[in-house]
Parts: sequence; structure tokens; C-alpha cells
Amino acid sequence: MNIASHYSYWATIFLTVGGLYIVIARGNLVKKLIGLAIFQTSVYLLYIAPGKLIGGTAPIVAEQFQVYSNPLPHVLILTAIVVGVATLALGLALVVRIREAYGSIEEDEILAQDRDAA
Amino acid sequence: MRDYLVLRVIAKLMIVFMLVFALYVQFHGDFGPGGGFQAGVIAAAAIIFYAIIYGLPAARKVVPDWLVETMVAAGVLLYASVGVAGMLLGGNYLDYFVLHADPVEGQHRGIFWVEVGVFITVAGVMLKIFYLFAGRPGEEEEGK
Amino acid sequence: MAVVTVGITVQRNLFAVVVLFGAYSFLMATVLVALDAVDVAMTEAAVGAGISTVLLLGTLYLVRKEEMKPLHRPLLPLAVAVATGAVLAYGTLGLPAFSDPEAPIQRHVAPRYIHDALRETGVPNVVTAVLASYRGYDTLGEVMVVFTAGAGVIALLRRRRGGRKEDRQ
Repeated sequence: MNIASHYSYWATIFLTVGGLYIVIARGNLVKKLIGLAIFQTSVYLLYIAPGKLIGGTAPIVAEQFQVYSNPLPHVLILTAIVVGVATLALGLALVVRIREAYGSIEEDEILAQDRDAA
Repeated sequence: MRDYLVLRVIAKLMIVFMLVFALYVQFHGDFGPGGGFQAGVIAAAAIIFYAIIYGLPAARKVVPDWLVETMVAAGVLLYASVGVAGMLLGGNYLDYFVLHADPVEGQHRGIFWVEVGVFITVAGVMLKIFYLFAGRPGEEEEGK
Repeated sequence: MAVVTVGITVQRNLFAVVVLFGAYSFLMATVLVALDAVDVAMTEAAVGAGISTVLLLGTLYLVRKEEMKPLHRPLLPLAVAVATGAVLAYGTLGLPAFSDPEAPIQRHVAPRYIHDALRETGVPNVVTAVLASYRGYDTLGEVMVVFTAGAGVIALLRRRRGGRKEDRQ
């Protein structure tokens, strides 16, 4: 019934869950940021997949096409991608500074150092 | 990297092509996929490529620090001043149709300048971030 | 892409993880082209596979470690992730099917933009027209975000004269 025609959502959910798992289950800070990036790309897919019309074309108006895919999610996601890379750049800068301050980028070691210092 | 002849020759060819392609994507954003963001990132990638092959000091000589930092702020200012120009000519903030006698031509102008502002800022920020990451001393130089 | 994600999860060498992430971005850009989102695909390919990979490699150059072995078995996070996935799957059953032309998002606002964009702005690319003209404020905000991120990274990573040795006793 509905399950077969919703296959685009299954792919999106798998990527979302994968990204979420990397963020919460891995202690390395760089890997956490990569997991966050995977999570963000799955959200892009979540928005763009429903806008696609099979038989349509890219939303650039031309004489020979009548059916276009929905352009509004594209606008949102364009902004989202740029904001995502801005977040990644700031996160990586923080990781570099944490490394210099603590000597490590593993979450467990950083928490242990904080606990010892407190 | 400077000693690998093949990389140097290929880099010379590709960097020129990449910069021209960035300009193409910027100005054809109205008729095909593209626009300010993609063009800014491609232009920054071309300069980063140059920095990877020829070394960071050489890239700093071609695109110096003060130029990059000016680019970061200039794009935002350009975008905001297009909006202010719309206000001065009678419309609301960021109205494009008052920029010219024919409203469609005014839209064209507004979109053009706005995309140029976006291009400058995005290219500047990406390049500046790369300069900062690559300019810090690495592991083995800190003497740990 | 699912295979690449599993590979990123399992791999412990960070350089391999970054390369896998670049491959993931390219695959995502290809999928986006298949979904007719050409602007988004170009941005994702340039930003995800280009700038993100370069920044990650730059960070690895400054950090240079392999990932540590996890101290405890990650059963609870796995359960949490799977539970979240199940809830999401249950939620999407109510959403319209893939490529349904009767879906609400295809009916209300999108046809108006597609019909009027060329006439009102003279720009055939509807995405650029909406981004730069109809939704110009949002793009101004986005440029502000990029500027703020650049300023933040400058503030974090600016090199102070005299080195950093005396700060780390």
C-alpha cells in the first residue's frame, strides 16, 4: 500500500539515523562534526524529494517544457547548505582551539581533564 | 609540491579555467543553474588550488590578506546598499522595480548587483577561512 | 550512500573518513541532479565536496589523530537512534507519496511563482528569481550568516604575536 511508494522517505530516514548515531555514539570531535554534516544532508533530501515530479524538469522556464519540479524547496535548501558549511567551519575552528587547550580531541579525555581540574 | 612538473602544468591550465568558469556561473545564473554562492565557492576553490600547489606564501602574494578581509565586508555592504538605493529612489527597502524606468529592467539590475555582492562575500570568507587554517603551525612544528 | 555512511561510522582512521565524506557529498550531488534540483546539486558539489573536504583536511593537518577505541559498547545510542528512526518512519506514512502531483505543496504557491517569475523579473531561472528578488531579505540574512562565520573563525584562529607556548604551562 503506502510503504512501496514512500521509498524516498526510507532512504532519508536511514541517513538521518546514521548521522544521529555518529553524533551521539562516537567520541572523536571531528567525527561528530562529520556526522552532523551527514544529518544535515539528509534533511536536504527530506525537503527536495517531495518536490520532484516524475516527468518534470528543472525549474528553469523554457518554451519546450510544461511540467516543472517545485522550485521553492530548492531555494530553502540552497540557503541551508551555505549555513551548514558556515557551521562546519566554525565547529572545526573550535576543534582546533580545543586541541591546543586540552591536547586531545576525544570527548572522554577532555571530560576527564575537566573533572580532574575541578 | 613545487617540484612535481605535471602538477604545476596542470594547475596552470586548470586554475585559469576554474576562474573563468566561476565568472560564467555567476553571470549565467539567470539562465541556468548558478548564481552568487556557487560562483563564489568555485572562485575560492581556484585560489585554494593555487595555494596547495605553489605554497601558501605565493598565494598570499597574489591575493593578500587585506584584500581578502576587504572582500568579506564589501559584499555585505554592496548588498545592503542596493536595498538602501531602493529606499532612496522611492520604494521600500530592497525594492528593485524603482531602480529603472522599466520595472523588469530594474529587477535585472537589482538581481545583478545583489548576486555580485553575494559572490564577493562568499569567495572572501571561504578564502579567509582557508588562509587561517593553513597558516597555523602544524603538529610537528609545535615541538610537542 | 548508505554504504558510505556505514563506512564512515566504522572507520577509525580520520583521513579515510574525510575521503569517504567527500565521496558521500558527490553521491548526494548526483542524487540531487536526479531529483531535478540542479542549483542545489551544484552548490552541494562545490560546497560539500570542495570546501568542506578542504577544511576537514586542514583540521586534520592541525590535529592529526586516529580515533580512540570506544570505552563502552554503544548499545544505548544505537537504541536511541533506531527508536528515532522508527518514530520518523511512522510519521512519514502520513505524508504524500513520492512524486504525487496532487500533493498540497504542488498546488498552492509554486504554480504562481513558475507562471509569473519570467514576466515579473525577466529571469528564466525561477530559483534565482525567488532567491534574489522575491525572497531577497532571506538572502541578505544568509550573506550575514556567512560573514558572521568568517568573523567568528577569524576571532578564534587569529595568530597572536609571540606564539602560544607561554599560555600552556
